[in-house]
Amino acid sequence: MTTTATRPGGGKARAAISARTLRTDRWWLAPLVTFIGLGAWVTYATVRVFMHKWFWVEQFHYLTPFYSPCLTDRCGDAALFGTPLPNFFLIPEAAFSLPFLLLFRLTCYYYRKAYYRSFWLSPPACAVPDGHKTYSGETRFPLIFQNAHRYAFYAAVIISVINTWDAALAQSTGLGLGNVILWVNVIMLWAYTLSCHSCRHIAGGRLKHFSKHPVRYRFWTFVSKLNTRHMQLAWITLGTLALTDFYIMGLAAGWYSDLRIIN
Amino acid sequence: MKRHFRVWRGDASGGELRDFDVEVNEGEVVLDIIHRLQATQAPDLACRWNCKAGKCGSCSMEINGMPRLGCMTRMSTFTEDETITVTPIRTFPVIRDLVTDVSFNYEKARETPAFAPPPGVAPGDYRMRQVDVERSQEFRKCIECFLCQNTCHVIRDHDENKPAFSGPRFFIRAAELDMHPLDDRADRKEYAQASQGLGYCNITKCCTEVCPEHIKITDNAIIPMKERVVDRRYDPLVWLGRKIFRRDELESASAKPSSAHPSAPHPPTANPSAANPPTVNPPMSSARLPQTAPVGPDGHMDIAELVAPQQGGLSPFGEDIEFPLPPEQISYHHPDPDKSPDH
Repeated sequence: MTTTATRPGGGKARAAISARTLRTDRWWLAPLVTFIGLGAWVTYATVRVFMHKWFWVEQFHYLTPFYSPCLTDRCGDAALFGTPLPNFFLIPEAAFSLPFLLLFRLTCYYYRKAYYRSFWLSPPACAVPDGHKTYSGETRFPLIFQNAHRYAFYAAVIISVINTWDAALAQSTGLGLGNVILWVNVIMLWAYTLSCHSCRHIAGGRLKHFSKHPVRYRFWTFVSKLNTRHMQLAWITLGTLALTDFYIMGLAAGWYSDLRIIN
Repeated sequence: MKRHFRVWRGDASGGELRDFDVEVNEGEVVLDIIHRLQATQAPDLACRWNCKAGKCGSCSMEINGMPRLGCMTRMSTFTEDETITVTPIRTFPVIRDLVTDVSFNYEKARETPAFAPPPGVAPGDYRMRQVDVERSQEFRKCIECFLCQNTCHVIRDHDENKPAFSGPRFFIRAAELDMHPLDDRADRKEYAQASQGLGYCNITKCCTEVCPEHIKITDNAIIPMKERVVDRRYDPLVWLGRKIFRRDELESASAKPSSAHPSAPHPPTANPSAANPPTVNPPMSSARLPQTAPVGPDGHMDIAELVAPQQGGLSPFGEDIEFPLPPEQISYHHPDPDKSPDH
């Protein structure tokens, strides 16, 4: 038995434990599910964005969020802001909104946790070693640009307004299952966008005196309530986006017809 | 009934997991079992503990690989045939068995600028509204168990980041003071970014996961601090405004004594007698450097505290210090730079 105590601060050696982690629970499950979920969604979205068809249902004015706002010659009546972009297979119809949405989700404080853990393994789970030799975090290029989240948030608000407008335009044709799906998607997108940590900061988090700004304190309280569900909303919106897009793709391709309630 | 335990035994020179079969009764926690081990099979097993109620933050250990408090981990959460592995927290140097040297955290605490009293308000006249109190009250729940510091991969897996990175516990301290309506320092954001290593955090939220006080470290402290840094450092509109109106020069001229210093890694002194010259202070720290445990000429501590020069645990402030401190040793920056600090 060891009976000596070394001087603290002298040896500076950590406990010699050979196992990289001693966790016995299924710590790998959460990163694995995240990896599969995000991977599947990104694959689906990439395929759909470069499909360049089945994004618009002329009869009911349904436009999928992946193609909104639609800016190329293929858009036809779906184009709200004209068609300044050429028909080139590498240019998505929504070339002015998708990069910002991608940036918004890439720099999102929840998604950062999700992909740092599941894709970058830094760390894969708590008390499980980092998969990398060195680590500088978000202190230098390129990850220092994670700090641009706020600007992506501003862009996402504008794009949410456009999506709301799309849903409202589709409403002019009556009411069908497609309208319900579009509205659910828009409401969830707003909930996700407003629950953003940057939004919480702008709404009131940056204040020192809540008592001097009662209205902003109320905003902050509201956003804080949403913010605790930011992770759930992040996943829910991935689901509603894919579902909305798939439903409209099916309608546009004629695989099934819309379930109409009015008109 | 008996349960199987594996407990890490050893010191800085090495060690290993030892197997024990211990009696476990209903309602017990892991710390109870460690105490039973001390009472029966391993009388010299070293372990820090105090309140047994999850309020002192002493019994931090890793149970089945997860950083936890021994006194708050119920035996009923394990199945009957499960082997329970207990190891010291990994991020800090081990002293012996389950006891680690957490002085890293005290060094970082000294580097964190203290509360700066508002000018013109006498102590005792501070008034705050409840909504303002509540916000920082969450961070005051911290019991300094340092489980968040231990689990944070920035220093757990990359020891070389220790000089530059303060860790979650001190980010909540920075956030608490930056959100404090009466705190008079304006440079806490810059300090957190430049000297505490806030940018190293990649918000993977393990600190929040292991916090026994359920403080929302990431959502309520680290991310708000990151956003506050963005306000000052990475907002191109703010940057442009400051350049155009030359506000940056005004600020740097007026706020010189409290400006953020780059983190200077300061080696902890191995010799307590050399710990006092105030000229070698790390920036914004108190005058003393951490004091090490008293050791004999053989480099070892005394076996029992009965023969030690003093009884009981060492003061976190050091044994050679007397209160009140001499004013020139206090890490207190008066908000008025022209005023002498000894009032």
